[in-house]
Amino acid sequence: MKRQSIAEALRDGIVEEMQRDPRVFCIGEDIGVPGGWGGAFTVTLGLHEKFPDRTINTPIAELGFFGIAVGAAIMGSRPIADVQYGDFLFLASDQIINNAAKLRYMSGGQLSVPLVMRAPVGATGRGSQHAQNMERFFTCVPGLKVVAPSNAYDAKGLLKAAVRDDNPVMIFEHKLLYGSKGARAEPGAVDATSDIPEYDFTVPLDKAAVIREGGDVTLIAWLLMAHFSHAAAVDLARSSIAAEVVDVRSLSPLDWNTLLASARKTGRVVIVEEGPKSGGVGAEIAAGLSERLPGLAIARVASPDIPVPFSPTLEHAYRPDAARITDAVRRLLAH
Amino acid sequence: MSKDNNPEFLLNLLERMIEIREFEEGVRFLFLEGAMPGTIHQCQGQEATAVGVCSALGKEDYITSTFRGHGHALAKGLSMQEMLDELFGATTGCCKGKGGSMHIGNIDKGMVPGVAIVGGGIPLAAGMALSLKLNKNPGVIACFFGDGAVAEGAFHEAVNMASLWNLPVIFVCENNLYGASTRIDLVMKNTTISERAASYGFGGETVDGNNVLAVHEATKQALTRCRSGQGPYLLELLTYRRVGHSRRDPGHYQPKSERQDWFSRDPINYFASRLIADGLIDAQGVKELKDTVIARFEAAVKQAKRAPMPTLADLETDVFAAKEPA
Repeated sequence: MKRQSIAEALRDGIVEEMQRDPRVFCIGEDIGVPGGWGGAFTVTLGLHEKFPDRTINTPIAELGFFGIAVGAAIMGSRPIADVQYGDFLFLASDQIINNAAKLRYMSGGQLSVPLVMRAPVGATGRGSQHAQNMERFFTCVPGLKVVAPSNAYDAKGLLKAAVRDDNPVMIFEHKLLYGSKGARAEPGAVDATSDIPEYDFTVPLDKAAVIREGGDVTLIAWLLMAHFSHAAAVDLARSSIAAEVVDVRSLSPLDWNTLLASARKTGRVVIVEEGPKSGGVGAEIAAGLSERLPGLAIARVASPDIPVPFSPTLEHAYRPDAARITDAVRRLLAH
Repeated sequence: MSKDNNPEFLLNLLERMIEIREFEEGVRFLFLEGAMPGTIHQCQGQEATAVGVCSALGKEDYITSTFRGHGHALAKGLSMQEMLDELFGATTGCCKGKGGSMHIGNIDKGMVPGVAIVGGGIPLAAGMALSLKLNKNPGVIACFFGDGAVAEGAFHEAVNMASLWNLPVIFVCENNLYGASTRIDLVMKNTTISERAASYGFGGETVDGNNVLAVHEATKQALTRCRSGQGPYLLELLTYRRVGHSRRDPGHYQPKSERQDWFSRDPINYFASRLIADGLIDAQGVKELKDTVIARFEAAVKQAKRAPMPTLADLETDVFAAKEPA
């Protein structure tokens, strides 16, 4: 057992999978430069020394190298492609949405696309174009699996499960949760370290996790918002309000069993999302819960419908926090 | 006698081209009479590119194609039956009726189902070549696309990386002068597409795409380069489509004189005349070849019209692969 950050756990996970399976390779920008960064957030640091032939450092050409990753995957390779910032997925989206997600269906099952994609998301003092929460743009695409780990254990386990899955899997990682060190450390980072066992383990790609139990209200969140929801639950406990916190983890498919079990138990749900309120993953969760449990009390805490702002005061107002989650719970309980 | 002077080989090239032409003409009729669903993008006039390239490829080689892929498919060895069944939307089609005309393909025969986003198959082909190279597999990818795709970012990004990493891929640009209805000189200043290769540090050439033997020979040389690890090659094949962009396009944007000029260099007539002059076949023989192909086509249509249609049980299958055991 060792205490690791998400960046360290992902790094070990990638190395272990590459050792286990020679078909696995990494492809991305700045991932294999001697003396370089190991990707934008140090996840692939040192990888090129262990696997010089399977650490493929690309030009700045997201459309091209995501397409190359898809092409390699249909031939039986198992690529792990990453972008430096999730926002750049828009450049690659033709290959992800039109090819990776559809080739199996439109070929009548002839092809499979065992592709892992990794993308950092979240507002972190970088203005509007290195900041978006991209989850919503990919959870609506049939043929893709989408996961979002909030801690190092889940990050490693989900990555390993994704590499072993025969389908395209998008992993969203939050910049404030990596625990990147040195020059790549993030101001405002949140501790997402876990005790990581020495043995091989995976985390299923389709299961949510109840990270705190309670009977009065359910908080549904993922990535950074799972941490803030947990902090809100701790705060609410001081007022004798028992909040259950569900870390969604699997954004597509959604684990309706776990979400519904908690919603049935508490009868009240607050969905917390970093990103514009309109059209988010939270909207889908709210709609799905109401269809299945008519009469359920639901509230959403999310960002306003604006681009991510730069100025720290404005960015702070953009990103939901524990205080706003607590307020939303109190308002819901007051009804 | 080398393979390329072998009468059987030469007559087979002719037959494959006639097969494509008659398939396309027959399918066109089925669409116009309303028997077939969907839309079609046809390749009459471009038979020599498909046959010239694919006749040089081996079983270990793959092709990628576009929305205009019927000719590529037949040239790579797909049967008329699996293609017609697919065009009718039947479960016995090569993609179980889930792909249709624009996504024709059979990976077991070395053809990835067509990618119908212009340029979308080019990075895919480079990635397939990367996988072959990483696995030290001798295969080569021949990537078909049109002149329109050369304006897409996907082309430039993919050929740059293919060149950088010496990937075994032949970029086959079928330059038929039109991207949909827009003529090539309205969308690019340098209309010699093969010159793009030099700016990315690899080789390319422009070839008469209506001359099946010239295409075959150029492909063979490109294959040799690819197989010996010298990296990609760009083949620009000059050709012309005799029909509209898609099913109801009358092609009024093609000037009459231009059409007549290209029709006088029709790839099938050109090659048949040569074989007749060489005494390998006579006009009656060509007609018999055509009749045989048409009879095969008609039999396949008859069967395709009775082929089983998908049921609602098929609607949500083939979205995800079953999970691989850990």
